[in-house]
Amino acid sequence: MQAVLDIFDIYLLEAVINGILLGGVLALLALGLNLIFGVIDVTWICYAELVMIGMYAMYFMVQYYGFSYFIAAPLTILLVAILGALLHYLVIAPLLTAPPINQLLATGGVLFVLQSFATVAFGIDFRNLGIRLPVLAFGDMNFSYARLLSFLAALVGMVAVYLFMTRTFTGTAIRAISQDRQIMALMGVDTKRIYLITSAIGGGLAGLAACLLVLQYDVHPFVGLSFGPITFLICVLGGLGNFIGGFIAAFVFAEIISLGGLFSDLEWGYVLAFAFFIVMMFIRPAGLLARRR
Amino acid sequence: MTGQGRLAAWGIGLAALVALPFVYRDPYHLHILVLILIWSFAYTSWSMMGRFGLVSLGHGGFMGIGAYVTALLWNHLGLSPWIGIPVSMVAAGTLALIVGYPCFRFRITGHYFVLVTLALSGIVLQVITATRDYTGGSLGYTPNRASGNKLLALQFDDKTSWYLIALAVWLIGIVVWHLIDRSMSRYALEAISEDEDAAAAAGVNVTAEKLKITMISALMTALAGAIYCQYQMFITPDTVSGIAVSLQMVFAAIVGGLFVSLGPTVGAVITILLAETLRIGFGTKAVGWDNLVYGVLLVLFIIFLPKGILGSLLDRLKPQRKVPRAHEQKAVQIARPGT
Repeated sequence: MQAVLDIFDIYLLEAVINGILLGGVLALLALGLNLIFGVIDVTWICYAELVMIGMYAMYFMVQYYGFSYFIAAPLTILLVAILGALLHYLVIAPLLTAPPINQLLATGGVLFVLQSFATVAFGIDFRNLGIRLPVLAFGDMNFSYARLLSFLAALVGMVAVYLFMTRTFTGTAIRAISQDRQIMALMGVDTKRIYLITSAIGGGLAGLAACLLVLQYDVHPFVGLSFGPITFLICVLGGLGNFIGGFIAAFVFAEIISLGGLFSDLEWGYVLAFAFFIVMMFIRPAGLLARRR
Repeated sequence: MTGQGRLAAWGIGLAALVALPFVYRDPYHLHILVLILIWSFAYTSWSMMGRFGLVSLGHGGFMGIGAYVTALLWNHLGLSPWIGIPVSMVAAGTLALIVGYPCFRFRITGHYFVLVTLALSGIVLQVITATRDYTGGSLGYTPNRASGNKLLALQFDDKTSWYLIALAVWLIGIVVWHLIDRSMSRYALEAISEDEDAAAAAGVNVTAEKLKITMISALMTALAGAIYCQYQMFITPDTVSGIAVSLQMVFAAIVGGLFVSLGPTVGAVITILLAETLRIGFGTKAVGWDNLVYGVLLVLFIIFLPKGILGSLLDRLKPQRKVPRAHEQKAVQIARPGT
């Protein structure tokens, strides 16, 4: 009996810690989306597809052109940042005064475009980077080194975004705009420029996430659908635009998925997480950390 | 057009549609027509909610329930689709009620409503994939061929029967659309989509009205899924459920025109013809091209033509039409930024 319990605990502990590490990945994904949500008040349904394009960029730069990982990574971040700015300039800017639903649906169109562009250009094969990081063994538990890395990157990313938002003029302007769109234009801030910068930063964070995800997962055109929805749910659960809330929500979700997956299939973990989200929406519609109305 | 003239036009059009399979028998073209009719019905069901600002991405879930529940009951319990389809519709309706009631009761609207329904279709997709011992998972599922009575099993080998069934179902969708269009509920829902609090203050039961339209929409979508499954005899989680199917519904309804009864049908005609033309024209090289074109069109339509092809065309034909309702006006303004 005691032996059974011991094994169970080890697995449980492993699942809990793996959940925390998965939470890091999800938190990193949610970070950029949350920025866009909070400042421009637009839902980028195609956010995960930007990450997918970034993953392909990493794959081609490393596998085909033989760049080292550390040269390819900044280039990818730059590329996705430009894509983010372009997305804002071409699709979101003409729709800024439209009902929010139309903006959401337009980015849904971009989702189709990016997904099928990847299908047409790269085919539907699964590709991977060919870099396999060692698995970290600690006691009897195994952890993925790549997950540890993305967990750390998420923490660094959070702190960097926090410092940028509080210590620089542009960051202050971004926060001010998220509080009142009309007034900031009267205060001499170029709203259009700030939106463009914010979109580029959001895109850059998607690029950063892509650099780390490509170490753990194979790339294929539909990879975005596997973690896109969960990213939105995290942002909403944390409260749109609330960074701390998003961070916490990412870990809550990751634990549910990880522990749910321990007792049964991984899909049931996702089902539990989605169901948890729906229930939470009814209990706390404005997010985990919001005060009750 | 006068009321009688309009009725006559509908009658003649309908008679021509019914007569078509007896005159023209090319199986491939009939197959395309059946697909167009079934999907038109699904898109019409979506647009019943969508036209009142209730944008749902959960309809992929309802369609999946319709298809899988009917097929599972037939294969595992031997229950005829004539019983299975109502059961699957009730299942989808129950789910719509469970998610819809708290949503409307707690005033979850806009972004939040879209994302709650997104989670719903995510759940259905994952459940179908996870219960792979019964549903075949992502490899797909085939209802057993009937050994006895074809009518009891709702399985027909000829395209003509299927064409007539699909036509009947599509017609039900259009009739329901018109019934709602003429009912008090339509005015109530339009008021709600403009200002919920004002509508509630004017005596509209917001929760009940929204729930009613959601139930109707969900039941019809489940029916569409079941009919699609019976016709194709093969379903996979990705073709009948999930976010991609939901987005496809939104896309077709918007391209065709959300605020007119035949808009979603026009959307289905355009999307299916586009996909088929690309498939025939380019063969296997065309994989992905249809969605690429869809995506670009969707973005362009939302920016420049938010009332859809048919909606804008009808407006063009009758420029002296009554003042557009406020929520349509809002949509019109998008077409000309700066005004």
